[in-house]
Amino acid sequence: MTIRPRTPSLFRPRKPIDQGVLTENRKLIDDINRRGLLRGAVSLGALTILTGCDVSEVDSVQKALRAVSSWNDGVQNAIFRANHLAPTFSPSRVMKPPRFNAYYPIEDVKPVYGATWTLELGGRIEDKRPWRAQQLYALPEQEIIIRHVCVEGWDYIGQWSGPNLRDFLQRVGADLTAKYVYFICADDYTESVDMPTALHPQTILATKYAGEVIGDPFGYPLRLRTSTKLGYKNAKWIKAIEVSNDFRETYWSERGFNWYAGI
Amino acid sequence: MHWINATAIFIMIGSGWKIYNDDILFSFLRFPDAIVIGKWAQYGLQWHFFGMWIFVLNGIAYLCYGIVSGRFWQKLFPISPREVFVTVGEALRFRLRHDDLTHYNAVQKALYLGVMAVGVLIVISGLALWKPVQFSELANLFGSFQNIRLVHFLCMTAIVAFIVVHVTLALLVPQSLLAMLTGGPPIDNARDAAPSAAAPIVPEIKPIPEIPTVPNIETSH
Repeated sequence: MTIRPRTPSLFRPRKPIDQGVLTENRKLIDDINRRGLLRGAVSLGALTILTGCDVSEVDSVQKALRAVSSWNDGVQNAIFRANHLAPTFSPSRVMKPPRFNAYYPIEDVKPVYGATWTLELGGRIEDKRPWRAQQLYALPEQEIIIRHVCVEGWDYIGQWSGPNLRDFLQRVGADLTAKYVYFICADDYTESVDMPTALHPQTILATKYAGEVIGDPFGYPLRLRTSTKLGYKNAKWIKAIEVSNDFRETYWSERGFNWYAGI
Repeated sequence: MHWINATAIFIMIGSGWKIYNDDILFSFLRFPDAIVIGKWAQYGLQWHFFGMWIFVLNGIAYLCYGIVSGRFWQKLFPISPREVFVTVGEALRFRLRHDDLTHYNAVQKALYLGVMAVGVLIVISGLALWKPVQFSELANLFGSFQNIRLVHFLCMTAIVAFIVVHVTLALLVPQSLLAMLTGGPPIDNARDAAPSAAAPIVPEIKPIPEIPTVPNIETSH
């Protein structure tokens, strides 16, 4: 058998370690028994308990962790495939009703009154005239049956339809070279997505779920639904859309969740 | 590299448990707050997506070094199933020896190779979990999103089991800890040439005379 030439580690000492210590302590090593194993296991357990204290909240640590989170925003933006479509599913796999998610429980949802509701537009948009529900509901619809992935780990298949966001932004003369699209919601929630996500073919302003007008808990009369972001990025009960080049923190990013939140 | 990896694994497992608790896979399993990293979900996530860089970059450097230097080939091969069975038998009877730190026994070889494979799989499943749409081709191989979570979880379980055995045995053979810090003694090539002949895996056990509870240190100098 041929042996490859040895390439020792830089840190490896020139002289061999004296293995005499093994011979000298032979008896001790031979004496290793179940009791020793047990003792070792117990002290290992004790070590893990020491991690109970939380250093995440210390200012400098939190600052560093958020810096890494921002770096991850950039990485996610770099690997984003603008025209790569998320998997779609057959209507038979759609969950009805959809699963609720918000920063409060479903009982606390304050329904939006559709008859008086308007969608305000702001920022780098030419035609800022507000939209009424029936005008929006009259726009051409696109349907997507996609997976909703929550940051917590659960997922379900949902069937959403409504105007395509890219089409809508073009229709109102939005600056498509701007960096961000912001959504301000009736429940004081704020959310924003990067422009490439806003222009993705599977990003819509959803008005319907499984062919029927969206229920109150799920964002009636208008919500965002994009196939390339985690659940919390999909703003519900939208009351204003703004196109901007300035970065502002949003509800969850302010609280330490990743802003980009791409999937 | 080992200690960077140990730190990264510690961060990844602790924060992973925190993330798991937000939506549990098994109704009987929820990790106690005392042993998770991050008081709130966002802290757990922040640690996880910070630790992943250390784990992946260090892991890539380690695998490249091991392959390019020939170290893996030298230390982990050849590996025969028969040897693994013999060594497992000896270990269960508490007759395992670790006379020469530069030579791994068959079970060590199998476990180190196995844990490296699990390490690669946990990264792949993690990538599919993080980017099921951008890497949908990869994610589809797992069948469903919850399957990816399950694979990621089982890899973690395997690594935790490995760590328990690994740390216990390292503590039982304290000299190995020194070797881990210094890089270890040079490898004796002569023994590599014919490992089975020159170094029987299990040396014959001689009857042990009276065992003093504390070894006499004085006489050893």
